[in-house]
Amino acid sequence: MTATLIPITRPARTSRPPVALTIDGRTVTAEAGVTLLAACRAAGLEIPTLCFLETLTPANVCRLCVVEVEGARVLVPSCSREVEAGMVVHTNSPRVRHARRLVLEFLASSVDLSTTPGMAELLVEYGCHPERFGASAEPQSTAERAAVGVGHHEPPDTAHAATVAQPVLRDNELFVRDYAKCVLCYRCVQACGVDHQNSFAIALAGRGFAARISTELSVGLPDSACVYCGNCVAVCPTGALMAVPEFDLRAAGAWRPEEQAVTDTICPYCGVGCTVSLHVQDNVIVKATSPFAHGITQGNLCIKGRFGWQHVQPEAATASTAPARAAE
Amino acid sequence: MDIRLPDADPTDAEREAVDAVLGAPTSRWHGGARDQWQHDTHVGHGGRAMRQRRTELVPALQALQSRHGWISPGGLRYVCERLHVPPAEAWGVATFYALLATAPRPRRVVHVCDDIGCRNRGARDVIAAATAVAGAHLGHAHATAAEGDAPGHPAGDAAGSATQAPGWMPSPCLGLCDQAPAVLVTDAGAVPEERQLGGVTDDVIRALLTGAAPGADALADTRVPQQGDASLVLLRRVGVVDPTSLAAYRDAGGYRALARALDLGAEAVIAEVTASGLVGRGGAAFPTGRKWDAVRRQEATPHYVVCNADESEPGTFKDRVLIAGDPFAVVEAMTIAGFATGSTKGFVYLRAEYPLAHQRLHGAVEAARAAGLLGDDVMGRGVRFDIEIRRGAGAYICGEETALFESIEGKRGEPRTKPPFPVQVGLFGKPTVVNNVETLANVLPIVLEGGAAYAAKGTPQSTGTRLFCLSGAVARPGVYEAPCGTSLRALLQQAGVSPRLSAVLLGGAAGGFIRADETDLPLTLEHARAADATLGSGVIMAFDDPDDLREAVLRIAAFFRDESCGQCVPCRVGTVRQEEALHRLATGAPLGGVTAELALLDDIGRAMRDASICGLGQSAAAAVDSAVRRLGLFATTAQ
Ligand SMILES: Cc1cc2nc3c(=O)[nH]c(=O)nc-3n(C[C@H](O)[C@H](O)[C@H](O)COP(=O)(O)O)c2cc1C
Ligand code: SF4
Ligand code: SF4
Ligand code: SF4
Ligand code: FES
Ligand code: FES
Repeated sequence: MTATLIPITRPARTSRPPVALTIDGRTVTAEAGVTLLAACRAAGLEIPTLCFLETLTPANVCRLCVVEVEGARVLVPSCSREVEAGMVVHTNSPRVRHARRLVLEFLASSVDLSTTPGMAELLVEYGCHPERFGASAEPQSTAERAAVGVGHHEPPDTAHAATVAQPVLRDNELFVRDYAKCVLCYRCVQACGVDHQNSFAIALAGRGFAARISTELSVGLPDSACVYCGNCVAVCPTGALMAVPEFDLRAAGAWRPEEQAVTDTICPYCGVGCTVSLHVQDNVIVKATSPFAHGITQGNLCIKGRFGWQHVQPEAATASTAPARAAE
Repeated sequence: MDIRLPDADPTDAEREAVDAVLGAPTSRWHGGARDQWQHDTHVGHGGRAMRQRRTELVPALQALQSRHGWISPGGLRYVCERLHVPPAEAWGVATFYALLATAPRPRRVVHVCDDIGCRNRGARDVIAAATAVAGAHLGHAHATAAEGDAPGHPAGDAAGSATQAPGWMPSPCLGLCDQAPAVLVTDAGAVPEERQLGGVTDDVIRALLTGAAPGADALADTRVPQQGDASLVLLRRVGVVDPTSLAAYRDAGGYRALARALDLGAEAVIAEVTASGLVGRGGAAFPTGRKWDAVRRQEATPHYVVCNADESEPGTFKDRVLIAGDPFAVVEAMTIAGFATGSTKGFVYLRAEYPLAHQRLHGAVEAARAAGLLGDDVMGRGVRFDIEIRRGAGAYICGEETALFESIEGKRGEPRTKPPFPVQVGLFGKPTVVNNVETLANVLPIVLEGGAAYAAKGTPQSTGTRLFCLSGAVARPGVYEAPCGTSLRALLQQAGVSPRLSAVLLGGAAGGFIRADETDLPLTLEHARAADATLGSGVIMAFDDPDDLREAVLRIAAFFRDESCGQCVPCRVGTVRQEEALHRLATGAPLGGVTAELALLDDIGRAMRDASICGLGQSAAAAVDSAVRRLGLFATTAQ
């Protein structure tokens, strides 16, 4: 059985008349109050995004979605800027392409993007050469990273480009945090906070290049306010947050999304009845998600719907044995 | 919201320090002691009233910091309990600010300026002496907290840290460049003390680091080089009129402007400010009259006035001189701004490194309130306006107006995206006028003489007088006041510039370098713009040694990397890549040749300028770019 998917519709914000603007030479009409990104997408133009997600408040921090608006001193983030009548917008001008290229190179030279969907293609499309900033520095140990304070830093090492490489945090049975892959998109913090879960277990800590996602006092998740809803995992665009079965399968070279069957069903645990999409590989549930475009869950689940499928795994596979089984 | 608190207890001293800021707890739910009957376990406050207390977070954390010299897990827990702030968020705030420590620090920390203005005026020797006495700096002992895979709290016990020997830390510009080399001494304790000291010698730093009392603050006797010059407007009272006496201020003509403003009415005041042609002195040069008018017209209430006294742009110290030397003028001007824009509350966001300016301003606010010049009935005219002073906690970015709002609201100083602009959605989401200290100081002569008379000074496009911060290779550094249009050379000569002048940093780290042969530039916005330069915050730092110049460029790059809030990719990573490329060039190890490195720097700079969220990232490449293009630095790999 498949649940009816209700597209997310926001109540009309205003009775303002639609606005006309020019995007890449075409006159486009958009509802007042929508973002440039929405207007561009409605016009069939693809704009790359990284931090933006429909179900979250735009953080507009990655700056991948920038476009050029005539008359503006600097480029504007299309994911959060509202359309205005008479705007003349260029989504693919040399300025725009340069900024996007550099943003991609900055990220690719400092963060492990190997599990970010679509990234390899973007790096090619924008002609990126992240290696032009120099060879990547050796990963820092946990202690080294923790010792980075705010303010004066050690002078840079002239042979290497600094990165955020660091050890994987595996402090609970349900998901890992591999912050070497973190682009600081703020999505997990928003999902954990007011946008969805209201648990506030994680927040930004530190500043500048040393800014990081952290619990209070950097304690492990079991000592934090985390309720293991996994809603942060669901929104993470880079795979920095990853459920244990997927992480272990990837490590074993046995993660094969193209072979996975995805079945939507209703979570049996309680009367809320969240829609759950079960990702099954080799007859083992390897991941559970909920559709972002679902009017009720908006992609969210609780610990049970997200991680509690051991009882239906073949031969009562547990979360930790399931991957090994699927890898066989 | 039910929050989970860290498993640690505050010391009694920490409770007292926090309670002194937040008031006593009202129930056990909010941190009240278990054995006190009045602390009912069952009374919990939540919702809007509680959320509004988030603005007290930074002051509460500062209270912990100045009690034991760091924010212990128990102290953090207590603040979270009191304000119902999730600990992860409070931790995020505590780890954002350079003057808040989350690992034990000695009771005394000497912050030694290691920035462009002090480096070539002896800071190297001070740092060497500090290292000889106290060893390596404390900066990297900041976070001993283990990451999540080894959960635990930072080692050390709160009270115990007080017994440690003094330590030191390198600091960005302390706003005392005219008295370089400078230090800031912070002594934590029941009665915390802070002092800024200038002209620091080896002996002074040794004494400080072996526990000697710091002596009088460098500002105790605030003077300006032009003292006594009858043409001074903004600096007229500095060093002449007792800054601690309201009576002296009134005798010197103080509060006549407010009286006149109240007579004129709000609209007329704004008309005069608009007619004066006054533009912001904080760097962005926005017309002040238009800003005030926009706030006045907003329907949403309340409106706020914010005086931006964060002054952390390296090389800038004019606001410090104004506040320490003429604090009542700031209070009076803010009151006029409040009256004109329909605001009843004003905040001064004062950088933490200015203890004496804080003391003077606090005294002025208290005295004005006692005299009925602030409060519910200003001057008996039925106007309501009051001022609250907030201190920064060590973050240049908090000078950016929206980051400043976030900081006052108890959050990390991360700039907001604009639009909406502060005049519509500002502090606490309400219409807000933000003005620099010097901008506000100009309001007094405008109201007294009228906008037209004010506009007669300077040039048609850059009206009035401006303050300039002269430092570096000049014999008489200090704050100078000059009519807009005065030539840079004239000012440099007045300050006794070195005959070997090689370049001038104009406008601060976010400004740019110009060559010695370009100093006939008239100091106006239009001339600066035409010359592809900026007046910024009025910094004029002279250099006469090419080695100093290269080092200054490297330091500026490091400064932006240190001070980036880290929110957006172009600035967070771009400032790192820019610094790395410069270091490769400076050490003669360019990647793929000098030309390739310069092209790389240009690529990085354009992306930061075009795609960053705020002015920090947008101007992080400006000085570097000018050093390469105008001065030809790094074109050959020397050394
Ligand atoms: C990174 C950054 C730092 C800033 N620091 C200050 C500052 O310390 N003081 C200040 O008045 N303005 C500062 N500004 C400018 C403010 O954002 C704002 O434009 C100014 O306070 C407005 O006042 P004005 O119109 O009177 O100049 C800074 C801007 C940026 C981008
Ligand atoms: S699992 Fe849920 S509660 Fe835990 S950090 Fe992620 S979003 Fe927050
Ligand atoms: S962990 Fe993932 S979701 Fe969170 S900030 Fe990093 S990349 Fe974004
Ligand atoms: S430009 Fe820099 S300081 Fe400004 S928001 Fe971006 S990261 Fe923060
Ligand atoms: S997608 Fe718009 S800034 Fe990240
Ligand atoms: S006080 Fe040292 S550079 Fe300004």
